[in-house]
Amino acid sequence: MLHLLVFSVFGLICVAGAINLLVQRHPINSALSLVVVMGSLAVEYLLLGAEFVAAVQVIVYAGAIMVLFVFVIMLLNAGVEERSKGSRVAMLFGVPGVLIGTVLVAWVLLARSGTGNVAVGALPGPPKVIGWLLFHDFLLPFEVTSVLVLIAIMGAVVLASHPGSKQPDKREG
Amino acid sequence: MVPLSYYLVLSGILFACGVTGFLIKRNIITVFMSIELMLNGVNLSFVAFAAQWHALSGQVFVFFVMVVAAAEATVGLAIIIAVYRTRETLNVDRINLLKL
Repeated sequence: MLHLLVFSVFGLICVAGAINLLVQRHPINSALSLVVVMGSLAVEYLLLGAEFVAAVQVIVYAGAIMVLFVFVIMLLNAGVEERSKGSRVAMLFGVPGVLIGTVLVAWVLLARSGTGNVAVGALPGPPKVIGWLLFHDFLLPFEVTSVLVLIAIMGAVVLASHPGSKQPDKREG
Repeated sequence: MVPLSYYLVLSGILFACGVTGFLIKRNIITVFMSIELMLNGVNLSFVAFAAQWHALSGQVFVFFVMVVAAAEATVGLAIIIAVYRTRETLNVDRINLLKL
């Protein structure tokens, strides 16, 4: 009963944050509501027993990635979003299609599926076991991931550097 | 005891919010945040299915998704900075030409 209560409270916070992301017009407000979503998702991971995933969710997602987002928003001095009319096909077919699909999936899952219950901490994922899996069963994907991160770093440096412009003159500043 | 389907429905709602944001938002940074929201929804269903089938590899895959999301955020935000330098706008409707 308590499990269901905690799940519902943080699930509602999660959905409220996600809807707030859509409603807010300033990107910094959207970014902060995304942090709320990620924090409450970490609690859901803890309920499922994935303790290490929850910690990494807070540290990497809510910490590193969202700080990067907020940093870029502040760097570009992004103001309130201007509402241009955008794609009419997306509004006419896309959004209702997404809603219908979600309702359909939810109905199938809630009414028709034979999935069982999940207890509190159903599958503990301690760092020791996760690390063993990562360096044993998933060694090749892990190494490929390191190459991907290296490429991403180099790509970010190349894209964000500004070779064409002349350096600002320091004496005039 | 919470049914597994509740977790999956929550994950589906998050994914749908992400897709809707991708369609209706006009700021390129918010569009990018909607993609992160979709990835988070998928991560929740990964962890829920891992608990259902008692397979820890589901949780390991969440880390791969996180790494790919981090790499994507890095490169994407660098592209956004480069686009803003040349176009002076973040509205996706104004960024519709390959040529300046």
